[in-house]
Formats: sequence, C-alpha cells, structure tokens
Amino acid sequence: MNGWSDTIIKCFTDRGIRLVTYVPDKVLIPLLDGFQAHPGVTAFSATREEEAVGIAAGASLGGMPSAVLMQSSGFGNVPNALASLLVPYQLPVVIVISERGVLGEFNAVQVPIARVIRPALDALGIPHVTLEREDEVAFLVTRSVHQAHRTQQPAALILSPRLTGGKMEG
Amino acid sequence: MDATGTDLRAKVGGTVMKRLDLTRRLVALLTHGEIVVAGIGNANFDLFAAGPRPENFYMLGSMSLAVPIALGVALAQPTRKVFAIEGDGSLLMNLGALATVAMVAPQNLTAIVWDNGTYQITGGQTAATAEATDLVAVARGAGIVQSAWARDEAEFERLVRDGLAGRGPRFIGARVNQEPGAGRPERDPVLVKDRFMRGIGAKPAHPGPV
Repeated sequence: MNGWSDTIIKCFTDRGIRLVTYVPDKVLIPLLDGFQAHPGVTAFSATREEEAVGIAAGASLGGMPSAVLMQSSGFGNVPNALASLLVPYQLPVVIVISERGVLGEFNAVQVPIARVIRPALDALGIPHVTLEREDEVAFLVTRSVHQAHRTQQPAALILSPRLTGGKMEG
Repeated sequence: MDATGTDLRAKVGGTVMKRLDLTRRLVALLTHGEIVVAGIGNANFDLFAAGPRPENFYMLGSMSLAVPIALGVALAQPTRKVFAIEGDGSLLMNLGALATVAMVAPQNLTAIVWDNGTYQITGGQTAATAEATDLVAVARGAGIVQSAWARDEAEFERLVRDGLAGRGPRFIGARVNQEPGAGRPERDPVLVKDRFMRGIGAKPAHPGPV
C-alpha cells in the first residue's frame, strides 16, 4: 500500500482517466505499477515524452481522458508538444512530473531543468500544483483534473520529494 | 539517378507518385467514417484538398506526432479504422513512435508515409530518406510486421484496402513527388478539434446554428 500513489490513481480513475502513457522513472514506480494493474486503464510506455503527449492528445481527441507521466528531465522534451498541440487545441491532458534536481539531488545534470519546469508551465499558461503533503493529494489532484476536463485545458501535477521521498544516491 | 535518387531509391524501386492523387485515392476508399490524422504541412494540405471530412484531424504544429496522435485515437475509438499520414521528415524525427505502435499493436491503425526524400516545406533540404534510410524497413524492424512499399497507385490502393479489411497495425510507404500541397485547412485549432470530435462521436453532434 502506497498512500500518495493509490490516491492519485483513484482520483484519476474516478474522474474518468482511462489512458496513461509514460517514460519511466524510479519515483513513479508505484503509480506505473498501479495503472498497469488497473483493469479500467490502458497504460504503456512511450519512447519519448513528447510522443507520450501526442498519444495522450489523440486519446483525448477520441473521447478517452488521458494522462502522461514523466521525470522532470523528460519535461525538457515536451514544450513544443504542449505549445503547439495541448494548449492551442485545448486538450485536457493531465501531466504528472516527478521532480528531480531538488532536495538532495546528487546529479548536477538534473538540477537546471528542474528550475525550468514551473516558469515554462507558467509561460504556456498551463496550471500546475506541486504535491508535497499526503493529506492534500486527493484535494489537489481531484480539483486539478476536474478543472482540466471542465475547462478543456491541460494541467500539471509536480510530485515533490517531500511527498515521494525522491531518489537518493546509492 | 535524379536529384533525390541514389542506390537506396533504386533498391526501393517503384514509381514516384503524386501525393495529392494518392491522398484522393485513400479518401475515396474511406466510406465507413474512418479517421485520418494528417501531419504538419503538405500531408494535411493535400488531405484537406481531397475534400473536407469531419473525421479528419489536421495537425497545425507538433511536427512528428501524427503517428502518436493516431495511436491514441485508435485506442479511444477501437471500432473505427484509423489512418495516420506523415511526411518522411516528420517521421524521421520520431522513429520511436513506430516501436510504440508495434508494442501496443492496435488492430485498427495504419500509418502511411509520404516519402519524397526532402524537407520539402522548408525549401527542399535533403532528408536521410533520400540516400540512406528505408522507412518501410525501419517500420518492419520496429516490429510492424505488415509494412510495405506501395510501388504504384494500384498497389497503394490494395494496401489501403488491406488496412480497411484486416488487422493492424500496418505501415505503408509511398514515394511521392514534390508538388506543393494543394489546399489549406483553416488554421483554427479549436475549430479543428471540435469538428473532429463531433465528427467521430467523441462529443455530441453539433446542435446546429446558434
């Protein structure tokens, strides 16, 4: 049993999300495993984060609510897909980003992109929340997904190491 | 050997066809509300010129994502056949998408690549397909077993019919010329989305004039 990941999976599926595509990340394992095991969800890996955004966009266009999961470094691969697909076409894909590069990062190359995520989302006009406390996960996720679907706009959820424990050296 | 032709072209063989003509031949075979997702540039210019259909999705940006978008639509709409049309330059940008299609193996998806060996819309710069890369071999290597070059118009139509009648995923390569795209879909992303979603039943039918 993993509290935050089970809560996210329940909030997503309760709000109708049925397709999840991702580029794997160690911190995301409980989410990936949970979605893979869920009978109402189609979940599979993509080879690159922008490809995952394209697949999720197609599912959304086809009437199948969708989400993409990635590590913060992989977020660097997606701005054009956000800027020229999800945002202008108003596609309510939910983007989950596990945050490296902060709070004990051991790899210098993870740090700069972590500083880009929020300014990039802000510049694109994509609402985002950072999940830090387990007791807030249900509220923030449910409200974010609901707003995305009702307003036909993408939304981003950033998973802080405060919530997930992050990835430590070793 | 022409400007874009080399040993690879000789190996692939077949006829250099007209993209708009092939697009018209494809559309003429779509009589059951089949979905077409067309990539940025000439692929969707010619799709629009072949006659607007509510089941067409026109990509105005996001170069390289026609196949991924079509994969998502195919999973969401399993009872409809879905075609992705992509240019060779766009497909080269995201070859991994072919591996994902092979892994997920949607039975209702056919991907078509128009291969003219160039980045035509940006001025005709040489693409890897002109001299080195056989995209049908790439697709087959990625795991899309049913991948073939259409060596003339009749074979193209036969491969499209195979996609309509049989199980996918499938991949069709066609060598095409460099005529400019013939039409221009309206560059209004929300309108494109709305027409498409209503056209395939993903949103309720439009209530009519308001």
